[in-house]
Amino acid sequence: MAQVFIPFNLRKHTEGVTELGVPGKTLGQVIDNLEKKFPGIKESLVEDGKLKPGVSAVCGHAATRRGLLQPLEENTEVHFVPAISGGTGTL
Amino acid sequence: MVATFEPKQEYRVIGTRPIRHDGYDKVTGRAIYGADVKMPGMVWADALRSPHAHAIIKSVDTSEAESLPGVLAVATAADMPALEGKEVDLGEGTVNFKWASDNILASDKALYAGHVIAAVAAIDRNTAQEAIKRIEVEYEPLPSATNVAEALADDAPVLLLDLQGNDLGEKVSNTNMAAHNRHELGNPEKGFEQCSLIVEREFTMQMVHQGYIEPHNATAFWDEEDRIRIWTSTQGAFPVRKQTAGLLDLDESRLKVTPLEIGGGFGGKIPVYLEPIAAILSRKSGRPVKMVMDRKNVFEATGPAPGGKVRVKIGVDDNGKIIAATSDIYFEAGAYPGSAVGAAEQCVFACYDIPHTRIDSYDVVVNKPKSAAYRAPGSPQVAMATESVVDEICEKKGWDKIDFRLKNAAKEGTRRADGPIYPRIGLIETLEASQKSPHWNAPLDPDPDNGRKRGRGIAAGYWFNVGLKSAVNLSVNEDGVVSLVEGSTDIGGTRASVAMQAAEVLGLEAHEVRPVVADTESIGYTDVTGGSRVCYATGYAAFIAANNLADEMKKRAAMLWGIDVSDVHFQDGVFSSKTDPELNLHFRELAGKLGDTGGAVTSTGSVDLEDAGGGFGVHIADVDVDPETGKTDVTRYTVVQDAGKAIHPAYVEGQMQGGAVQGIGWALNEEYYMENDGVMANSTFLDYRMPTSLDLPNIETIIVEVPNPIHPFGVRGVGEVPIAPPLATVANAIHDAVGVRLLETPMKAGNIVEALEKENS
Repeated sequence: MAQVFIPFNLRKHTEGVTELGVPGKTLGQVIDNLEKKFPGIKESLVEDGKLKPGVSAVCGHAATRRGLLQPLEENTEVHFVPAISGGTGTL
Repeated sequence: MVATFEPKQEYRVIGTRPIRHDGYDKVTGRAIYGADVKMPGMVWADALRSPHAHAIIKSVDTSEAESLPGVLAVATAADMPALEGKEVDLGEGTVNFKWASDNILASDKALYAGHVIAAVAAIDRNTAQEAIKRIEVEYEPLPSATNVAEALADDAPVLLLDLQGNDLGEKVSNTNMAAHNRHELGNPEKGFEQCSLIVEREFTMQMVHQGYIEPHNATAFWDEEDRIRIWTSTQGAFPVRKQTAGLLDLDESRLKVTPLEIGGGFGGKIPVYLEPIAAILSRKSGRPVKMVMDRKNVFEATGPAPGGKVRVKIGVDDNGKIIAATSDIYFEAGAYPGSAVGAAEQCVFACYDIPHTRIDSYDVVVNKPKSAAYRAPGSPQVAMATESVVDEICEKKGWDKIDFRLKNAAKEGTRRADGPIYPRIGLIETLEASQKSPHWNAPLDPDPDNGRKRGRGIAAGYWFNVGLKSAVNLSVNEDGVVSLVEGSTDIGGTRASVAMQAAEVLGLEAHEVRPVVADTESIGYTDVTGGSRVCYATGYAAFIAANNLADEMKKRAAMLWGIDVSDVHFQDGVFSSKTDPELNLHFRELAGKLGDTGGAVTSTGSVDLEDAGGGFGVHIADVDVDPETGKTDVTRYTVVQDAGKAIHPAYVEGQMQGGAVQGIGWALNEEYYMENDGVMANSTFLDYRMPTSLDLPNIETIIVEVPNPIHPFGVRGVGEVPIAPPLATVANAIHDAVGVRLLETPMKAGNIVEALEKENS
């Protein structure tokens, strides 16, 4: 179960929920399970089977470089933040 | 899975200061830069640029230019493929090809003065320049908006009619606001209720340029097989390949990009401007086409750092703890969306542990060149605001400025305002080193001479230091020298620092590993030289490649000695048998005996790394201010920074000094001075005043080493952090000298006099 923090701009999908536990052994699985709970949220995070350009997923302490394949250990925090530098970086 | 290391304390090569491998070529002028490129049949091209900041392009007639003798080809936006408006990841940053295409060759509108309308290739540069004068363009000038206030006004001219803005997740149209993001932690309103002092200030900052000495340049040849070769000055050959291929709608492997030596980039040489134009003109003319910008082009049409507004509000309790903070950050994206506001929102409170925060950021399009990365993009502007407010709080409460920062400093386990929790970081150690520094402890005479006033300022700053992709190839020569091939453009001595990491593993001297920066067909994918990543990530790739090389050499030693490879030990450059003390060979000796052992010994290493864990710096400045004229001189300046581990301390110090100097220029002098018609008035180095060595004292440096646990030698990256604190450091020093707090950059003489007059009245 990863601890997912919902970015402010996506809270319209989560009825105001800011943080929740989501099952999944990889970031991709967590996002898929997030989508099941809050339909429509995945579109803001994933494009063409990859994290959307301009979106960065911090898993634990650092922005992942494994994208949706990033393995997640129990209770790992997941934050979606604008990718550093360039791009509109909106979620 | 991230590997962690316990770095050693003692090294043979790391931490020494050898002469850089490219040093002689650079100081003798032998090094080849973009403007030096010459090839058979090569022709020149130049561009026609818009004189208007905002105008509809009603027609472009190139017929007279095309008929000029010596003209070989003309290019306009009609020659660019129609592209989808989609964001594509470039490693550090993204590109929207539709807008990037329009930025390179304007189609329906000119969005800033300097925007390219057409380009001409001719037998020589003069003919090309003569030809562009003969291109007739019919413009319909429009009102312009060159700052965020103008662009967000109700009656503002809308720059991009197809722009769909994102306002806190809601789509908006008919707007210049490309994005509005928010981060919220805790409950700021309730937090402020607990505060005994709240300070809120709004800062206005002008757009500035990186000011690299070498202008942008590119030479391209489009051959009969639709393969394109490009020679250019860039921070990343692979991102040039990706961008140019995307813009020309070609497969990437049709392009080969050769990076030349670079005369500075600082983030500004990541986007492409000339490469696609030169390629199109080459296709049309059948000749290699060379383009070199002049300084005016560089200022007016390449990516500067955003100006804008930053509002910061910070509340503290009587115990000296920051309880709540909020910020509104408005950045000028330039003519197309994509300023560094996303990074700014993550940096604004990054130095502090604050339970309640809210950060709102706005990316605003304006009639100026599209902004680009500039050394810690977004961090200097927000550090100016936060650190000025922190200074004011300390003044008002009578608190020691370092003690206050230490009490509130971010450390391992602190949750940053945008959410993530810090790993091991070195801000506390950096503050402590500042507190003990000779500069901070030196007496200060507030009235030095001639009516001038002297003050001292201090400020902190942060940058992420990214990882990303790097590759390194190694091969052993018969004389024991190792050739190292990398894809990272060398900015600031990275050839040396990468080679030193391989040399450390192999037990060789730094000069025995010879680094070469290669083209896109000679090395694996490597991201930009940017984000302070090369020493960290390409160095890590060199570490892996060197270990792989040592493993291969062990096999060769085992073959020569007729023993099992598991019996071969390697340490400090010596291969030896674990069981027979007679069997030992230094790396150099073994290299000379490889002839019959199976061919060349080669290895490779590649990485795709996470962020280096964050870097922090603290700067101290003394300034003398003449209250009559406002003239400000920096009389002493110290940079204290956590480098993780300084591989080549001289180059680390050089980065710290260079960043500080650029930041001081940004603080005191530099700005895009825009006329009422939206045209930049100071697009020369005579009028765009950057500091020189004559303007500044020696910049003192103190390297702090809190090793990064996810790098084998503890490297964190150093290049960008040092530009974050100077704006606020200088502002705080000016306040200490004359008692007025400047809320704008540049803090030029006139602004200081004006602030003093306002204070006195």
